[in-house]
Amino acid sequence: MQLDSKVPAGPLEKKWDRHRFELKLINPANKRKFDIIVVGTGLAGASASATLAELGYNVKTFCIQDSPRRAHSIAAQGGINAAKNYPGDGDSIWRLFYDTIKGGDFRAREANVYRLAQISNHIIDQCVAQGVPFAREYGGLLANRSFGGAQVSRTFYARGQTGQQLLLGAYGALMRQVHAGKVQLFPRHEMLDLVLVDGNARGIVTRDLISGRVESHAAHAVVLATGGYGNIYFLSTNGNSGNVTATWRAYKKGAFFANPSFVQIHPTCIPVHGTYQSKLTLMSESLRNDGRVWVPKNPGDKRAPNDIPDSERDYYLERKYPSFGNLVPRDVASRNAKAVCDEGRGVGPTGYAVYLDFRDAIKRDGREVIRKKYGNLFQMYERITGEDPYETPMMIYPAVHYVMGGLWVDYNLMSTIPGLFVLGEANFSDHGANRLGASALMQGLADGYFIIPYTIGGYLAGTLLSDVKEDHPAFKEAEKAVAEKISRLLSIKGRRTVNDFHRELGRLLWNNCGMSRNDADMQEAKKKIPQLREEFWENVTVPGTPGEFNQVLEKAGRVADFLEFAELMVEDALQRRESCGCHFNEAYQTEDNEALRNDETCCYVSTWQFNGDGKEPTFHEEPLVFENVELIQRSYK
Amino acid sequence: MSKSINLTLKIWRQKGPDDKGRIETYELKDVSTDLSFLEMLDVLNERLMLEGKEPVAFDHDCREGICGMCGSVVNGIPHGPEKGTTLCQLHMRHFKDGETLVIEPFRARAFKVIKDLVVDRSAMDEIIKAGGYISVNTGGAPEANTIPISPDVAERAMDAAACIGCGACVAACPNASAMLFVGAKISHLALLPQGKPEAARRALSMQRKMDELGFGNCGNERECEAVCPKEISITNIARLNREYIKASFGYQEDL
Ligand SMILES: Cc1cc2nc3c(=O)[nH]c(=O)nc-3n(C[C@H](O)[C@H](O)[C@H](O)COP(=O)(O)OP(=O)(O)OC[C@H]3O[C@@H](n4cnc5c(N)ncnc54)[C@H](O)[C@@H]3O)c2cc1C
Ligand code: SF4
Ligand code: FES
Repeated sequence: MQLDSKVPAGPLEKKWDRHRFELKLINPANKRKFDIIVVGTGLAGASASATLAELGYNVKTFCIQDSPRRAHSIAAQGGINAAKNYPGDGDSIWRLFYDTIKGGDFRAREANVYRLAQISNHIIDQCVAQGVPFAREYGGLLANRSFGGAQVSRTFYARGQTGQQLLLGAYGALMRQVHAGKVQLFPRHEMLDLVLVDGNARGIVTRDLISGRVESHAAHAVVLATGGYGNIYFLSTNGNSGNVTATWRAYKKGAFFANPSFVQIHPTCIPVHGTYQSKLTLMSESLRNDGRVWVPKNPGDKRAPNDIPDSERDYYLERKYPSFGNLVPRDVASRNAKAVCDEGRGVGPTGYAVYLDFRDAIKRDGREVIRKKYGNLFQMYERITGEDPYETPMMIYPAVHYVMGGLWVDYNLMSTIPGLFVLGEANFSDHGANRLGASALMQGLADGYFIIPYTIGGYLAGTLLSDVKEDHPAFKEAEKAVAEKISRLLSIKGRRTVNDFHRELGRLLWNNCGMSRNDADMQEAKKKIPQLREEFWENVTVPGTPGEFNQVLEKAGRVADFLEFAELMVEDALQRRESCGCHFNEAYQTEDNEALRNDETCCYVSTWQFNGDGKEPTFHEEPLVFENVELIQRSYK
Repeated sequence: MSKSINLTLKIWRQKGPDDKGRIETYELKDVSTDLSFLEMLDVLNERLMLEGKEPVAFDHDCREGICGMCGSVVNGIPHGPEKGTTLCQLHMRHFKDGETLVIEPFRARAFKVIKDLVVDRSAMDEIIKAGGYISVNTGGAPEANTIPISPDVAERAMDAAACIGCGACVAACPNASAMLFVGAKISHLALLPQGKPEAARRALSMQRKMDELGFGNCGNERECEAVCPKEISITNIARLNREYIKASFGYQEDL
């Protein structure tokens, strides 16, 4: 099968305009004849639901949590990028496009990324109109900061709660449409399967998490905005309910999975401390603007940080990358932290941490200035660790944070299943092998507010769809499969808890397919994952019954899917014979241990097609063509 | 630094909305003081499941103090004894060896118990649905910098907008009033120029919805402010009242 990205012809700057003009339109009066299912209420899902309903479509919106406002997007701290160039420091749509492409190590599609940069400015206008309380300058205009390895100040922020405020804006827009009767909301509903009729996506099967009822919902098109699968590692910065289930079920129905092994590790998280820890907390990257990263020069130096004189400290990022220093991109910062810890120079009780030190910034600017900038983050750190970062340096370590992989989509954000659209972190499209800070929020909102409303119309106008209702046999069949899986999980009654399996899978992936990878470790993981999966299906314990509120059952289903997906992830990592962005294969590195890309043979999106349980998936590649930028080696020296 | 403590947990167990519910007692040994409160419940649940018993149901997601999903009453206080903290951000180092903890769901007429510590807070979404937003369609918004807003105003709007919708204020209030929550939303939007055109309409419809759903009125007990994990100020209730009165006199449209 030839993957058709449907990228429009013509110059980069004109592609989106031209495409919008060429897309077929639906008469406003006819829009109400179409039903659209949106799964997910994060930035991508909430914005899509609201906008599609404003246009006149009938929308049914689903999420796992008790309220759309609790989607994981709420947790984003740092900010959202746009190419407004308000500070006049040389930014432009072109530069935002270029930074994003380069930051992703040239493994994203040019046309998509350019469109993202174009739309970024409208997002800020839209959010301001909704009342998002972005930070302001004295004169009343919007304030910007620099963030995540960018040399211009293009990040808009609302204290350390940008994701929260953007999501509350989108949630408000969504609730307005619920009030207007154009969106029907289904909180505490989990999508457990996708339903195809005549090869088109025509609905979903869900479980009502309160009553346990398995239900079908039919529509003319399905939009997945179900977020990322970083939780596969057990410990990550993601909310606890994050999962791969919706996209994995779609994969099994024929949607191709793209770049599943591209996982971003965030350099500034609070380190792991114990076995029962359930999540890793991110410390905003903005801390790297003033904090200096260091470890002792000598391995095994157990002195308290403040007793180690400057001459015996190694400010390794400043030493190795003089022009970017502590602000190098995430993959570079993360890998270097791991390297110094592997040398035995890590700090803290586990030896897997480095210092992020504000001593010099406090000396330079005074405590008050630092408190103003980072007060809430310092408080959060102290709350979790019990240590005061004004007095002793913070300890940080990299953690799984974001996934660049997801379902493959074309320029219209449609998957290989006609009528199945995928938005936000759930798709693979805009970030390549590494994501720069403040760009996921931008992508989620671009997809939901400004892209899907056009492209879904093009699909619906150009496709002849039969009348399909929930009593169609395809729904009954899917419901049956879902119910069977649930009763199987409940009948095992083994001796290991779901979390125990999840923890083991996470540890295996972190060690063997994590921040840096080699073939031997990955081969080992490939052997062990099926064994663990087998044990899961023989020895897991899931208490309770299907017809009730049952959190362990929910979790068990998600872990079961993680156990299948993990194998594809490792397969994909093995397949890619290069290092790029966050995907670092130890066999491919430069003399000074930087990622060594192979543009000759690996300049593609790797995509996978499901062939049935127990069968090898088929590999397809979408070649990436760069007409407008030159592929250069990323260097931050 | 890390150490271990032993605890007695008295936890509200209720199978479903129609079950009467009761307190059950569990002894939990060797709890690391580095754990968060929810991680401590995880440890209990792992143990219960291995003993073939049903784990305690409790709501949570981000475990970072921002999604608003967690929340139980610990020793009589929603989100527990630490000030300005959600339950997920409460750590066991704040408890003493040998302590007894009573853990119950948020109680209010409008919050039905779903199971154990999980309650239905959808009434709060209902209030937002009634008008807790600015009515603007997507596309065609004016250039963002055409509306200057003083940083002080933006800061005050942000103070109010920081509400995470957890419902602790309702659970703490003797009248089960949602006015801190509603006041926070009203203030956030009324302070900003973008929110002004429909301020009156919003105040009336949100207030009306709140009454209709069975939330009580503010009696100035200030319990809400005391437990709010985001330290939302009670002055927001004063602003809500002012907006409501202004709207009642000046606004004619039939809602
Ligand atoms: C701690 C943290 C900080 C971050 N900070 C930033 C930042 O500063 N800037 C930035 O640009 N990005 C940041 N990110 C990344 C960014 O927040 C996410 O990538 C983005 O919010 C994802 O949005 P989304 O809409 O795609 O998905 P999500 O917000 O994850 O929403 C997923 C939705 O899908 C629903 N769902 C999932 N599965 C199912 C199912 N099977 N059935 C029904 N519903 C389902 C969920 O209920 C939820 O509503 C951060 C991420 C983290 C973890
Ligand atoms: S006002 Fe405070 S206590 Fe009430 S819902 Fe908001 S954050 Fe929770
Ligand atoms: S779990 Fe999100 S606020 Fe506690």
